[in-house]
Amino acid sequence: MKWNELLIRYGELSLKGRNRNYFVRKLKRNIETALSDLHSFEIKSERDRMFLYADGKDDMEEAIKRLPFVFGIQSFSPVAKCPATIEDILQTALDVVGSGETEGKTFKVEIRRTDKSFPFVTNELQQKIGSHVLRNFPELSVQMKNPDILLFVDIRLEGAFLTSKVYPGAGGMPVGSNGKSLLMLSGGIDSPVAGYLLMKRGVAIDAIHFESPPFTSELAKQKVIDLAEKLSSFGASVKLHVIPFTELQQLIVGKIPDGELMTTTRRIMMQIADRVRVETDALGIISGESLGQVASQTLDSLTAINAVTSTPVLRPLISFDKLEIIDLATKIGTYDISIRPYEDCCTIFTPAKPKTKPKLERVKHYESFVDFEPLLEEVIKKRKIYNLPRQEKDEFADFL
Amino acid sequence: MIYLDNSATTAPSEEVLSSFVKVNKRFYANAASLHLAGKEAETLLERSREQIRSIVGAPEGEVIFTSGGTEANNLALLGFARKFKSRGNHIITTSIEHPSIMNAAKQLEKEGFDVDYLSVNETGMISLDELTEKLREDTIIVSIMHVNNEIGTIQPIQECAKIIKQHSRAVFHCDTVQSIGILPISIADAGLDAITVSAHKIHGLKGSGALIMRKGLLPESINYGGGQEFGIRSGTVSVPAAAALALAMRLITEEDTAEKYSNWRQRLVNYIKDTKDVIILAEKNSAPHILSIAFFRIKGEVAVNHFQKNGITVSTSSACSSKSGQAGHVIEAIGLTEPYKQGVIRISFGENNELSDVVKFEEVFSSFVDILQRGKSNEME
Repeated sequence: MKWNELLIRYGELSLKGRNRNYFVRKLKRNIETALSDLHSFEIKSERDRMFLYADGKDDMEEAIKRLPFVFGIQSFSPVAKCPATIEDILQTALDVVGSGETEGKTFKVEIRRTDKSFPFVTNELQQKIGSHVLRNFPELSVQMKNPDILLFVDIRLEGAFLTSKVYPGAGGMPVGSNGKSLLMLSGGIDSPVAGYLLMKRGVAIDAIHFESPPFTSELAKQKVIDLAEKLSSFGASVKLHVIPFTELQQLIVGKIPDGELMTTTRRIMMQIADRVRVETDALGIISGESLGQVASQTLDSLTAINAVTSTPVLRPLISFDKLEIIDLATKIGTYDISIRPYEDCCTIFTPAKPKTKPKLERVKHYESFVDFEPLLEEVIKKRKIYNLPRQEKDEFADFL
Repeated sequence: MIYLDNSATTAPSEEVLSSFVKVNKRFYANAASLHLAGKEAETLLERSREQIRSIVGAPEGEVIFTSGGTEANNLALLGFARKFKSRGNHIITTSIEHPSIMNAAKQLEKEGFDVDYLSVNETGMISLDELTEKLREDTIIVSIMHVNNEIGTIQPIQECAKIIKQHSRAVFHCDTVQSIGILPISIADAGLDAITVSAHKIHGLKGSGALIMRKGLLPESINYGGGQEFGIRSGTVSVPAAAALALAMRLITEEDTAEKYSNWRQRLVNYIKDTKDVIILAEKNSAPHILSIAFFRIKGEVAVNHFQKNGITVSTSSACSSKSGQAGHVIEAIGLTEPYKQGVIRISFGENNELSDVVKFEEVFSSFVDILQRGKSNEME
């Protein structure tokens, strides 16, 4: 089946009053980014929908594969175009209906006749097309309310446009239309999902990760790069900042008592994240914390950790159950990456009994004996930055 | 030497050999290891799998690397039989399969499975009507080879797939060892469930092949060990062999050789056709790179020796059955008449052949026929 164009509908966006043009422009740019490696395509935007034209059949199929992951799209439909003659319309109607499953499905024809000079009126057309389709697909039955297949025929001056399939979009808002935040990306299951949820609401993200070589391996870092790259597939590039954390971590372990170790570690991480945030012009910090999941995610712990900054810390998973998070991670394709078995820096110097109710005053007291500042500045300067998606040479291609 | 026995095996290509050596030097780590070197080897292994899947039209499908076509065929027959024995007890194959299917089927008969062997006509073709008749509710596997290795007959696998899907729930396995890279094969388009490929028939390396399946279909394991290859085929995977197979498959499918071979074959057919006491087997419906002919009351071995003396390597019908001295099961199945049975030779083209090889073959063929005629006229006197 050769489709000529894609009709893209945006739900929530068309409600956004005077800002709508801004949102639509963002969406158009994000779609262009998502399809940038295709040969040639063109997007035309109208008030409440867009049309995407691609040249080749392959490009069209690739676009159909990628659009469901671009935020800000409510749904989209492939459209077949034919000359506005009754013979062509009947034949194309069969092609369009036949391109999907028909066994045991219900069906209905809807007509829009913008070209009033077309020789048949709407009712006649509906009957002609409907009966022609039914003759050729006897397994279909007609249903007026909520049919499985709604064959929509739009007769315009420049031709007839037929569509039947509706692909659901990702919903949400175009990434970048709601500013930028810095995601604390650990390599676990939760943080990429937190990033995804904020992207869904239009937030562009940079990510920050703490590594402790030689205790953490290259593979652990690779895993985080892969996660950040996966996030970049949702319509926007992602910058990943990797902080060399070994020395700071050893300093903390040497100077802070076991009970407060974890809380101080998190407080230091939060401070580093906050300074990187300023450098990258991000507004908030995103974290994958879910209330009560581990010792550092009790309300007491969150309070003690959060005390280092007044920057908004966005925690979209705060009330999620672990299983809900896993479901979402599986759906967006980060779960398989997250469960790779490598140690991350948080699991290396874990005290036997971290306090679930740390007292902010005590933590501050212990920290007051240590000067973290020089190292803090140093690691931020020494951070490595990865731009994702990667555009590097494929070294394996030489052997295949 | 002019090598015209490419259906027995082919010369590995320079590209494949050099990639194999390089991959052995650089990615020798065990692909199942957790360390970086292991991870790299695994990435290359998965990339090889991906490339193979897309070449055979099963972009989401499954690939199990094996030690070659024989193991992949064994795995398909024995593995699917074990997997689906709760569904039924009946297996269909043909009377002209490669021994790796034939003897696996015989083994399954011993284990209590009911096996039907489809008959073939004088050109080696099965009958779709017979296939339809033989299919039963409890048929669990149908295995039909795409191109026959001895006489080159092409079976209508697409039509077979339709009939099988219509009348049964059987898994359709197709041995494509002789056809891959020469005839177009798409698992999705042809409606196949599983195919066998082998590297050394397509200018790859011996000891390497694969069973490739549509998404979600895997056989039971038939060997036991560390659970590599999704638990189906234990044993440390040869990453260099896997990459070499993927490369050989890419190279062979990139070049369109079918038309060239077809022209050569037709030229030979025209040349040989009216020769006294020589017949052409499966003249029509045959693969472009395989030509089998039979001499009247002359042993195939004698012809092979004559060609050898004149610098051309051809073989008696199949390397796998040529040493036993008996007519092979394929020759029996097509019902070749007695005086021709022992006299079959096979010519098969490959990437290294040129038109001049075909011309040279014609000359040597003529000289052989001259000798035969002289011998016979002497007999008369």
